[in-house]
Amino acid sequence: MLLYALRRLIYLIPVAFGVSLLVFALVHLAPGDPISAIVPSDAPKELVDKLKEYYGFDKPLPVQYGRWLLVTLSGDFGTSIGTGRPVLQEVGSAFGNTIILAIGACLVAFSLAIVLGTAAAYAKSRIVDRLVTSIALVGVSVPHFWLAIVLVIVFSVELGWLPPMGLGPENATGWRLDWPHIKHMILPTIALSVIPLGVMTRTVRSTVKEILSMEFVTALHAKGMNDRQILLHVLKNAAPTCLAVMGLQAGNLIGGSILIETVFAWPGTGFLLNNAIFRRDLPILQGTTLVLAFFFMMLNLTVDVIQTFVDPRIKRG
Amino acid sequence: MAIQSPSLDLGGGAGVRATPAAQVRGYWQQVGRRLRRDPVTLVCAVVLLLIVASALAAPWLGLADPYKTSMIRRLYPVGSPNHLLGTDELGRDMLSRLIHGGRLSLFMGVTPVVCALLIGGLLGITAGFMGGRVNMLIMRIMDVFYAFPSVLLAISLSGAMGAGAENTLLSLTLVFIPPICRVSESVTTQVRGFDFVEAARASGAGTLAIVRVHVLGNVLGPILVYATSLISVAIILAAGLSFLGLGVKPPEPEWGLMLNTLRQAIYVNPLLAALPGVMIFLTSICFNLMSDGLRAAMDVKA
Repeated sequence: MLLYALRRLIYLIPVAFGVSLLVFALVHLAPGDPISAIVPSDAPKELVDKLKEYYGFDKPLPVQYGRWLLVTLSGDFGTSIGTGRPVLQEVGSAFGNTIILAIGACLVAFSLAIVLGTAAAYAKSRIVDRLVTSIALVGVSVPHFWLAIVLVIVFSVELGWLPPMGLGPENATGWRLDWPHIKHMILPTIALSVIPLGVMTRTVRSTVKEILSMEFVTALHAKGMNDRQILLHVLKNAAPTCLAVMGLQAGNLIGGSILIETVFAWPGTGFLLNNAIFRRDLPILQGTTLVLAFFFMMLNLTVDVIQTFVDPRIKRG
Repeated sequence: MAIQSPSLDLGGGAGVRATPAAQVRGYWQQVGRRLRRDPVTLVCAVVLLLIVASALAAPWLGLADPYKTSMIRRLYPVGSPNHLLGTDELGRDMLSRLIHGGRLSLFMGVTPVVCALLIGGLLGITAGFMGGRVNMLIMRIMDVFYAFPSVLLAISLSGAMGAGAENTLLSLTLVFIPPICRVSESVTTQVRGFDFVEAARASGAGTLAIVRVHVLGNVLGPILVYATSLISVAIILAAGLSFLGLGVKPPEPEWGLMLNTLRQAIYVNPLLAALPGVMIFLTSICFNLMSDGLRAAMDVKA
């Protein structure tokens, strides 16, 4: 078990290396000089050269990459060009806010999906199955940033029940667990949960359906087990597949909440990334992408290990 | 918007229909017959055809000029005379812009998937058929792209390269190559193991002939079905990038961008502000249902 986790971790090293290369390349994909973002176009040439030297942009690319990698590995992600604060500090505080939203969305989406998906797989009547399949279809097809706007229109503009944007009441500095903050969370959580709800409902439904048609279920029935006990067996067998998809979906929520965070002005990593892009704040763009990718990799690894813990048959080489 | 992980059933070859090459034509006829009997898929095909045809024919439909602004006719409500669906924040006719918008929105959604299908498919089939080191190299490179949540990858790439339709197309293509490559690789590996490939080789068929007749004939179906399931994701993602201001630049009519610029109007004319999203939703749901129908008709399990 521990050995397996370690093996997967070692396997991630070359992948992480590739990821760092790609993130480094982001800066050089940008049109023009990375320096041109922070100095006015009529700045004296000596100043530009000096800044280039300061940031190390005058060196050849492989040298720049090596230096950047070493500095980054030591935990220094540079400073934001926009605010002058350390990148890691900026990303860190935003990351917490994103996680809060993602946890909320995961709880809503996964619990609903398990209930709906199982119900559809068990349903004798076609209506229940049709209904659940339709909900899932809407979930995977709806543009979630549009749904976010519709939610704001209905619940904030028309009904005035819930606040349209922000993390909490005015002047709030951080997130706290109280009613005003939860009120601000409701709409973004719903908007964020539709995609994983759709994907997971489909997965749970098809997995449970497949297991229900297996012979061991018939055998359990023949033994005289009641439906509730059989359901436990079925869910236990459906767990590995569902867990794998859940892990991916949770990761996608964290990386994909940028559109929702932008609509609701939720100060998370997506919002930070969006601002960084428009201010041409490349260190923040790089740092956020790197932190999120790293988190995504670790999440996938964890899910992978949990999966083999639940079902030892599926160890990968 | 999340790309579902390609999880093809590898056990017992259930994911691929092993059809000997001679029966291929009969198979496609069967698929056609099944599709014609599927009412949901047919309805979706008709709706999509209408959207595509009206988008393509937009300049000749006698619509108002989608670029013509008017300071006095701003934000007319839906149902106004002369402006059936109202006007936007700059007084441009909404009906005309929604129909014209289909051109860019559909183009931006479909093109990356087609490009990724060509590149990713080629890479995946090569990796699957060659196996060994080539497989290792190609698939490990794909693993790097898999380390990013797909939306993040698209946004970071577009964000770094700057706004513009070409950059969006490029970054979306990059996002869709890895999943298509992974699916292609796994079905090709599976087909390569079938007895009829071995039999063809034993009877003296060259590598090229085996790939062309036996491998391609059996893997294209599942790969194509998977690729069609990505179109709805691509349309939403492309619109999302434009919504963030990273895709198509104003004043082009495009659904995502329209949704963005109309956000300021949600307090004045909420129905109007929601309209472009309805088009994205409708298109995406139709593509999803079509893909489901195609999957059922082609008897591909994915």
